[in-house]
Amino acid sequence: MSLTLENVSRVVDGVPHLSDVNITFEPGSFNVLLGRTLAGKTSLMRLMAGLDRPTAGRLLMDGEDVTGKPVQRRNVSMVYQQFINFPGMTVRENIASPLRIARMKDAEIGRRVAETAAMLRIEPLLDRYPLELSGGQQQRTAMARALVKDASLILFDEPLVNLDYKLREELRVELRELFRERNAIAVYASTEPNEALALGGATTLLHEGRIIQSGPGNHVYRQPVNIHAAELFSEPPINLINGRLTENEINFDDYAFYSMIPELASLPPGNYSFGVRPSHLGLVPRDDDDLEFAMQVELAEISGSETFLHVRNEHFNLVLQLSGVHAYRTDTPIKVYLPIHKLFVFSVDGDMVQAPAMLNREQV
Amino acid sequence: MKMTKGKAFGIALYILFVLTPIYWLLNMSFKTNSEILGTLTLWPQEFTLANYAVIFTDSSWYSGYINSMIYVSLNVAITLAVALPAAYAFSRYKFVGDKHLFFWLLTNRMAPPAVFLLPFFQLYSSIGLFDTHLGVALAHCLFNVPLAVWILEGFMSGVPREVDETAYIDGYSFPRFFGRIFLPMIRSGIGVTAFFVFMFSWVELLLARTLTSVDAKPIAAIMTRTVGATGVDWGVLAAAGVLTIIPGLLVVYFVRNHVAKGFALGRV
Repeated sequence: MSLTLENVSRVVDGVPHLSDVNITFEPGSFNVLLGRTLAGKTSLMRLMAGLDRPTAGRLLMDGEDVTGKPVQRRNVSMVYQQFINFPGMTVRENIASPLRIARMKDAEIGRRVAETAAMLRIEPLLDRYPLELSGGQQQRTAMARALVKDASLILFDEPLVNLDYKLREELRVELRELFRERNAIAVYASTEPNEALALGGATTLLHEGRIIQSGPGNHVYRQPVNIHAAELFSEPPINLINGRLTENEINFDDYAFYSMIPELASLPPGNYSFGVRPSHLGLVPRDDDDLEFAMQVELAEISGSETFLHVRNEHFNLVLQLSGVHAYRTDTPIKVYLPIHKLFVFSVDGDMVQAPAMLNREQV
Repeated sequence: MKMTKGKAFGIALYILFVLTPIYWLLNMSFKTNSEILGTLTLWPQEFTLANYAVIFTDSSWYSGYINSMIYVSLNVAITLAVALPAAYAFSRYKFVGDKHLFFWLLTNRMAPPAVFLLPFFQLYSSIGLFDTHLGVALAHCLFNVPLAVWILEGFMSGVPREVDETAYIDGYSFPRFFGRIFLPMIRSGIGVTAFFVFMFSWVELLLARTLTSVDAKPIAAIMTRTVGATGVDWGVLAAAGVLTIIPGLLVVYFVRNHVAKGFALGRV
């Protein structure tokens, strides 16, 4: 079953939550909705589930208008960020609950519950109550409930946010596996670019209630349509420096000047915004044509086994993503190298002008 | 926890202080009238159950208990039936004036029951509700429904809205969700509410006495009119008092866990 949203808007108390959303989800597809908090991810999911009605626009399932159809008759399932189970029922009854309501035969319910529980590896917990379980187990139960019925649309609203790092990675991999052979539409909302890339599939970027880009994850990552898309799909956020191209020169903030390079020679002279991902900046040159910036260390932020190094000069700040844990003394002068073929060029209005030229050298 | 001698002594003194009137009531209920009016005795010298026998055999006494229990149960049932849906609406939906209405509910409790005596009396007399169990139960609803809505709303708001939605997504209809999933989730709240509603209705004297004469006369009213031809029957009065405490004790015993949890969680 395919799901199409046509010019869908939702306004709550005069505040637009979604504006003119047009998108189609193909059967059997895994889709990631990527957007910051309040970008409208949850609003969009609630519309798709049928929990809310759009202010304007239509929802079509296989061409049939389901805009006003109540949620009970929609054959969807949803997993929330909070662990939502029915505390008065055992895990087994929780998972069985949608099947019981559908008046399925007991034997069939037993078979399906066992199968789903095995998939999510919660078989030993079937006779316990949700509140006796750990967070990860509770969320597995909620997922099992969502997967046990053959819903044609399965919505995941940041289901892994409240779990610890290790569990998150584990469940993410499993989740992706579970969907390899399903014919349902899966929609997964996330705020994390890395999660979106890890899950793969089609990625839709939401920004202030609008879809700014959608397409295969890798493609969206490499070819963001504008600055918002690039910022959204980068963690830590992409570095942006205002600059200018003249006939034979590139300059950054009228501060750092470089002679023109072939990759940018075709662009008309004028003002631009240059972007570079933190992971592409280095402390040693990797190529002869790397641009060199003299900076000062501001802060070294440790994140897991990575270091986000914040550096600055009088005109702009940069963030580098370095692997490994490093310590840097504040105000140490430091040289930062920018590989020219990793440079995004945006117009002053924020639209994409040129993506990194050498895609074959791109690494995710 | 280790208790110092001083602490233990203090607590013992406090308990003694609190329980003395109740002990004295119990003590009196097992004495004869002559002993009560005679010299001070700390426990019954001539132990007797005659006072209780009077209450259990004289219909003018035991009917009082039955009347009280009938209208109190009726009141608890009506209050919960009305307050549960109302509290759910307040906790889940936004509607015009919802906040004002919610506050207004409470202000209803701020008026003393005496204010409502005259209108109730006149109204009930003219529509035939005077001296009926239902009449008293309805009158008590005026105070109990706002209280119940207020308490229940606190508990219901503690249940995430997503639980409702998950149930709908699973395919539950609203009544089925409400009965099978939602009510069990807030049973502590219902227990606490029932407790408070019961207690108000059980001890309320003014309305219950004024709105009844014979058929629905509550025990509390009977107890205040026991000056007979032979003077005050102290022993029987004391026995009636003991019997009046018992239902309250029973209710507290059964809901004690819920009440403790409810005090911690909800809006009590």
